Amino acid sequence: MSTSANQPGTPVKMMPSSAAPKKPAAPVQKEDAMWLQKEMINRNYDELATAHETGRKVAATFVPGNLNELVMCFDFARSLPETNALQNGMRKKSGKMIMDAERDGHSEDVCTYVKADLGMMLGGEIGPTGQKLPTPDLLLLSYTGCFTFMKWFELIRQKYNCETVMLHTPYQGDGKISQNMRDYVVKQLKQAVIPALERVSGVKFDIDRLRQYMKESAKAEDDLVKVLQSAKNRPSPIDGYFGAVYYIGPMFTAFRGTPEATQYYDVLRQEIERRVAEKKGPITPEGEMAEEKYRLVVEGPPNWTNFRDFWKMFYDEGAVVVASTYAKVGGVYDFGFRHDPEHPLESLADYCLGCYTNMNFPQRIDMICKYMDQYQADGLLINSIKSCNSFSAGQLLMLREIEKRTGKPAAFIESDLVDPRYFSSANIKNRLESYFQMIKQKRSVAAGAAAVH
Amino acid sequence: MSQQIAGTPSGVGAIVARCEQLFEDLHFNAVKQWKAAAPGRKAIGFMPIYVPREIVHAAGMLPVGIFGGGDQMEVIQGDAYYQSYICRIPRSTLEMGLTGRLDCLDGMLFPSICDVIRNLSGMWQILFKDKYVRYIDVPQNYLDSVGGEFYIHEMQELRDDLGKLAGKAITDDALRASIAVYNDNRRAVQDLYAYRARKPWQAPTSEVYLVIRAGMVLPPEEHTGLIREYLISCEKENRPKRDNARVVLTGSFCEQPPLGLIKSIEMAGCYVVDDDFGLVHRWLLDEVPATGDPLQELSKAFLHRSNQQASKYDEKKEDKGKLLVHSVKFYGAEGVIFAAPSFCDPALLERPMLQDVLARQKIPYTAFKFAENTGQMAPIREQAGTFADSIKLWSAA
Repeated sequence: MSTSANQPGTPVKMMPSSAAPKKPAAPVQKEDAMWLQKEMINRNYDELATAHETGRKVAATFVPGNLNELVMCFDFARSLPETNALQNGMRKKSGKMIMDAERDGHSEDVCTYVKADLGMMLGGEIGPTGQKLPTPDLLLLSYTGCFTFMKWFELIRQKYNCETVMLHTPYQGDGKISQNMRDYVVKQLKQAVIPALERVSGVKFDIDRLRQYMKESAKAEDDLVKVLQSAKNRPSPIDGYFGAVYYIGPMFTAFRGTPEATQYYDVLRQEIERRVAEKKGPITPEGEMAEEKYRLVVEGPPNWTNFRDFWKMFYDEGAVVVASTYAKVGGVYDFGFRHDPEHPLESLADYCLGCYTNMNFPQRIDMICKYMDQYQADGLLINSIKSCNSFSAGQLLMLREIEKRTGKPAAFIESDLVDPRYFSSANIKNRLESYFQMIKQKRSVAAGAAAVH
Repeated sequence: MSQQIAGTPSGVGAIVARCEQLFEDLHFNAVKQWKAAAPGRKAIGFMPIYVPREIVHAAGMLPVGIFGGGDQMEVIQGDAYYQSYICRIPRSTLEMGLTGRLDCLDGMLFPSICDVIRNLSGMWQILFKDKYVRYIDVPQNYLDSVGGEFYIHEMQELRDDLGKLAGKAITDDALRASIAVYNDNRRAVQDLYAYRARKPWQAPTSEVYLVIRAGMVLPPEEHTGLIREYLISCEKENRPKRDNARVVLTGSFCEQPPLGLIKSIEMAGCYVVDDDFGLVHRWLLDEVPATGDPLQELSKAFLHRSNQQASKYDEKKEDKGKLLVHSVKFYGAEGVIFAAPSFCDPALLERPMLQDVLARQKIPYTAFKFAENTGQMAPIREQAGTFADSIKLWSAA
């Protein structure tokens, strides 16, 4: 990455470093930030692959409730099994892993992230980049917004026999974070999580080190929010779902709190601000989107096995996603929360408690309605994921409620995270095309009514 | 051992018939009758697996277990809210709510068990705005000073809410009295399970299950009497003892199998000597002291003396399956049947770990899935029959 990137006022162009994978010759296009985040993720895989050789301990944890700043205080290399699964999905490796896990006795009914991970273990722990991933020294079970997480790490512990520490994040059943909930999480951090991190790493906890990381986090979070909220512009300079996947990568994984991430988000923000000034649309794999015809809010995670085909169904039709709930799964920052170095443990608790899937249904519906309004969306699309009950159970009610409250059309498609058997391209394409027609028709009717009056 | 409670039928046939009637009544007439018997009475529904019913009872209210719609109710509206890959119990529960069957309930409690039931709590808040709705979070940290304090606070909030709903605060004495009532009920349920394990031919699971389910709609005092009566009546029966395989059935702690499935397993040559149906009755493993601070005692019982099940975190790898193995040994079972509802994440994710534990202990097992409205019993009967035969052959070898 260019060292000039942080110099104020200097136009910055981010370029992948020499260590980054070469751009394919095919006409696939990505924003520079997308290449850079890919490089960062790959570098993390390198670190993981060599962690034990270099004497580093490895902690595995989940994206929602990811305590990256805290884990870094103990010099752990950081592995995120969901990221491993989705990376394997994008590289078309997950299908076999899932079937291997099913042959090993895991039900076809359960989460395919889990099965992709277990299948990867059965295949010798070869990670998405082809490197062997290390056995974790510690499973930090950040039990936030998903019941499956608990079983997932119990299953890994069953195989690897590694130490596991639970951080139970209570659910916002009443739509608020109470002091009791916050105190409970802080007490767990003090009495269970930090002692386990100290014991396994052999490093003593230094709260000032944590504060320093959190300062970096807050700066990066400011920039991420500006990037995501740039989609309020017309045309939107970003895609807030498919593109946002790249933007949230460093923040939601092993980089939040690092100066590298702060720098990444600073550069990304500047790049997006330029696109806003130049009234440019989002970059898609086939270049800049020419005309913005439809502005959508999307609820639910993307499909990873056919990620590019899925995205193409949108940009081919001139549809841009202006906001998505998935971009909040590893932390909701656009309603004001920031990691607070003055109250580090309380702030970590609030972060965990506030992750999107830890919010109750009325909160989730309110949030989407706000997005529909603030981002001037034409409609809502729900991508319902078979694997993920945390997101999916109840989404049909969500659809009805949001249509009722906003008066805007909503549509529903179904796919899966990393199981290619559950991505039906023709069905999804048909559904999307009909949906875009519906929006168009609704617009014509509205325009006609306005003309009459 | 027991006192005849007024209105409680005697004779095993009559008792079972009454329980079956309660089980099949998805309009909850027993709850309506209980409410109508005194002005101002309220009933609070709860879903599996566990809520501290003592608090509801101490508020003078009737805790009502809502365990889905079974195999007799057609689900129409409920299906419109769920994708095909979601289990059946939230659909039928919504169906009951949307068709007015649960109008007799003044509130609903949704315990922390899985993402589906968790999300259903929010759906209930949206769909039934005039009802009291609470998500009951239970701790996954078992230190008194951490998870215990959190849980006590959660229970205190429930206590305050129900006190407001009842129009008077719930006193410590009322809570202690309710703890004693549920201790008595728990003892009766434990006696029932112990009796069935000793003489499963006298107390078949198809009957025991109905007796257990009756406790979801009856006041605990009446349910305790009913169990005692059933045990006395059973003992008077002269039922043939068969050379069946003794099995523990596990995985049915939330969505319940149809009664026909339980009968099919028994007809296939299995005596079910332990199960996890209606686990709320047996969630706490022993007596809760009815003296001292009641919420603290309930908390300690939950943290240190409660059941082990897929929705609850096992702190150590060695703990996995401990209670299941204990159950097999304690009740003299010869094998385990994993009967989990389709799309039940906790049960299906837990299953391979438990199977691993059983395999190491050389305890045979078999597994199948069901839905509460499963209609085809022949494959299950064949599988259970083959399992029973293999146990008998294996034991003889």
